[in-house]
Amino acid sequence: MTLGLIPAFDWQRVVVAPWTEDLDLYGWMMLMAFLVTTACGLIGNYLILRRLALVGDAISHSVLPGLVGGFLIFGSLGIWPMLIGAVAAGLLTTVLIEFIHSRSRVKADAAIGITFCSLFALGVLMINLFAGKVHLDPECVLYGELSHVPWAERVTWLGLSLPLPIVVMGLSTLLVAALIGLFYKELLLSSFDKNLAAAFGFRPQLIHYLLMGMLSLVVVAAFESVGAILVIAMLILPGATAQLLSTRLGTCLGLSVLHAALSSVLGVHLGLWLGCSLAAAVVVAGTALFALAWLWSLRGRLRRAAPMPPTEQQAAAAASST
Amino acid sequence: MRYRLPLLPLLLLLLCCATPAEAARIGDGESVSGWEQALRFFSFQDASLRLALLGALLLGLNCGLLGGFVVVRRMALVGDMLSHAVLPGIVLGFLWQQTKDPLAILIGALLAGAAATAVTTLLGRTTRLKPDAILGLVLASFYGLGICLLGLVQQLPTAAKSGLDQFLFGQAAALSPADVTTMAVATALSLLLVLWFFHDLLALSFHRGFGESVGLRMALLHQVIMLLTAFAIIVAMQAVGVVLVSAMLIIPAATAYLLTDRLHRLLFLSAGLGMAAAGLGAFLSFLGNHLPTGPLMVLVGAGFFAAAFLFSPRHGWITRALRQWLRRARTERENTLKAIHRVLEDRGAGDGVSLAELAALRREEATHSRARAQELVNAELATWSADGQTVFFTPAGEQRARAVVRNHRLWELYLTHAASFSPDHVHDQAEEIEHVLGEETVRQLARRLDFPKTDPHGRPIPSVDEIHGQASSSNPQAGGLGYQP
Repeated sequence: MTLGLIPAFDWQRVVVAPWTEDLDLYGWMMLMAFLVTTACGLIGNYLILRRLALVGDAISHSVLPGLVGGFLIFGSLGIWPMLIGAVAAGLLTTVLIEFIHSRSRVKADAAIGITFCSLFALGVLMINLFAGKVHLDPECVLYGELSHVPWAERVTWLGLSLPLPIVVMGLSTLLVAALIGLFYKELLLSSFDKNLAAAFGFRPQLIHYLLMGMLSLVVVAAFESVGAILVIAMLILPGATAQLLSTRLGTCLGLSVLHAALSSVLGVHLGLWLGCSLAAAVVVAGTALFALAWLWSLRGRLRRAAPMPPTEQQAAAAASST
Repeated sequence: MRYRLPLLPLLLLLLCCATPAEAARIGDGESVSGWEQALRFFSFQDASLRLALLGALLLGLNCGLLGGFVVVRRMALVGDMLSHAVLPGIVLGFLWQQTKDPLAILIGALLAGAAATAVTTLLGRTTRLKPDAILGLVLASFYGLGICLLGLVQQLPTAAKSGLDQFLFGQAAALSPADVTTMAVATALSLLLVLWFFHDLLALSFHRGFGESVGLRMALLHQVIMLLTAFAIIVAMQAVGVVLVSAMLIIPAATAYLLTDRLHRLLFLSAGLGMAAAGLGAFLSFLGNHLPTGPLMVLVGAGFFAAAFLFSPRHGWITRALRQWLRRARTERENTLKAIHRVLEDRGAGDGVSLAELAALRREEATHSRARAQELVNAELATWSADGQTVFFTPAGEQRARAVVRNHRLWELYLTHAASFSPDHVHDQAEEIEHVLGEETVRQLARRLDFPKTDPHGRPIPSVDEIHGQASSSNPQAGGLGYQP
């Protein structure tokens, strides 16, 4: 029935060629996938810790009207209009969710769902209404395509000819990494103990909005290559995998970068083999890595054959109560 | 069981409409004015239009009904997860039959939904990951897998024209009679389940432990309702698309949740709002040429939600703010009335109070006192003297002032007598409660304190008769009218 479905595994085409004669194309794609997954994965770690995973989901959907709006206002699909539109839409989403949730009896989950669905619907409607003017493909929203990224646009910098999308994504990733490096302890503390962070004068609310702004920035930078929905996978998979394997935040960040590197290289090869969307293939590879990590963590549980040991907090609580 | 009646006409209507129709965007065809399009819409001549509208109404009803449970059980994002996670099942179902056979796709999608739910549960049990991270993870991985499979399938020659893309964005106009029949079956099943097991579902939604303790099969019921929700999602997906289908579950139900506190009313409202949003969305998309159906349905629903959020009689943001503002204004007025009463009482003579006296008593600027007094005059509780420097009670103002003072002093007395407060600790509490004591409470207070004449500070408590402006105090028990808020 489906024997013809999976193409034959051609070692030369799938594994060798991307690293040799086609390196100029696939090398950039792998790098792009790595940059996207790294930036998303770093932020994703904090989203998971702060139980904001689904706010990430929401923002990734609702940047769409921001993109179209930015285009309609500024009249071009350049980097700045898109960034401004998307960051505005991202912050609007956060504020709206908070507003609906705190000003009515609607619970947080429903507030998230209502906000992002409505904004996404608005975005799709705008694309359809202004289809002639906006060169946004609706399909691209659902699954961006790594191979359709305009690789031909080059920027020459220090004698190197780099594709423009790589530069943009690379700068975003660097920015995210730099911000996390600079505000490491603020982010750490406010993720685990908001009140203590506030007591130290770290302004957790400001940090929250900063994080959401970064998230919108990364989502829009990644939009072209992975679309609005697959980006959720990039946000959650690396962090979740890392947090299965470690309980230290620093180790988790390192592990999620490793996950990003592995999944993007494996994913591009997988996509080449199967001939499907490369971004989706990266997600599938990332899922496989997560499944491995899950099995690993299960193995540890089975060997101990006992309930999870008490965490440090619980142990401290038990010690202080006796 | 009386709710089952609407089902029959729906099914009959369905049979009438089961004619083959050309798949097309609803508004396509000759470009005519919006008005003519509207006329065309309401004449129901177009077979494809009838089919699309019927599909929209059915999906609105089904999603609204099941969405009610999703929202009250705080599972809104489970719906979102399911809608994305069924994608690989849809593609596999298609692959199985090599055509867009609704039954095969349905089975594939249900299996994928069940797998996603199982993985979610398993991850929750075996890892430290938080529920929201698990939902997002399952959603995204299944969706990625689905897109990957879709890419594979679309390389097949048969798949090119299959309309599998329809699941991604949804196209109400492309619904086939078979699709609508499936929708009708799904809706009928949900209706039957809700009617038959309403009380069990009520227990499941609000107090699962209670349901289990009285021997109801809560776990089974949960599985069934999840299955029906997955069913509804899959069926509705063809009309509104993967992303927006969860909106059809959440938005009408959340709107209804703002309007009522009773589950059966919530379900009725939610189903009605779902049908209204879906029907209006279909109508709007019919008016223009480039208007997609799904997003319009969602936006109409979002409009309903915004209206309920702002203006719902009990829970609306603006109605609540308005209520609060009115109450604050009333409290302000009553405090001013009380101050005027106090000045008159201290002076023991005369019937007008100058602004200077009022300002001195309340320790505030004369301009503030003027503003407060003006509020009273606006509410017809007081009048200005000719020179605008002195305020006089109107009869209504005097009655109300006495009633508030009576509340205040009775409460002070109650605290010193019944709750053993010392007299210098009771004023602040009485100051707050005097505005909210009801007529019946005041009557009870007076009776319990044996119709006292003076408060703990020795000041007279206005009697019921005084409040009504009768000088003679005959029988205090007869009147019994406290302050009425």
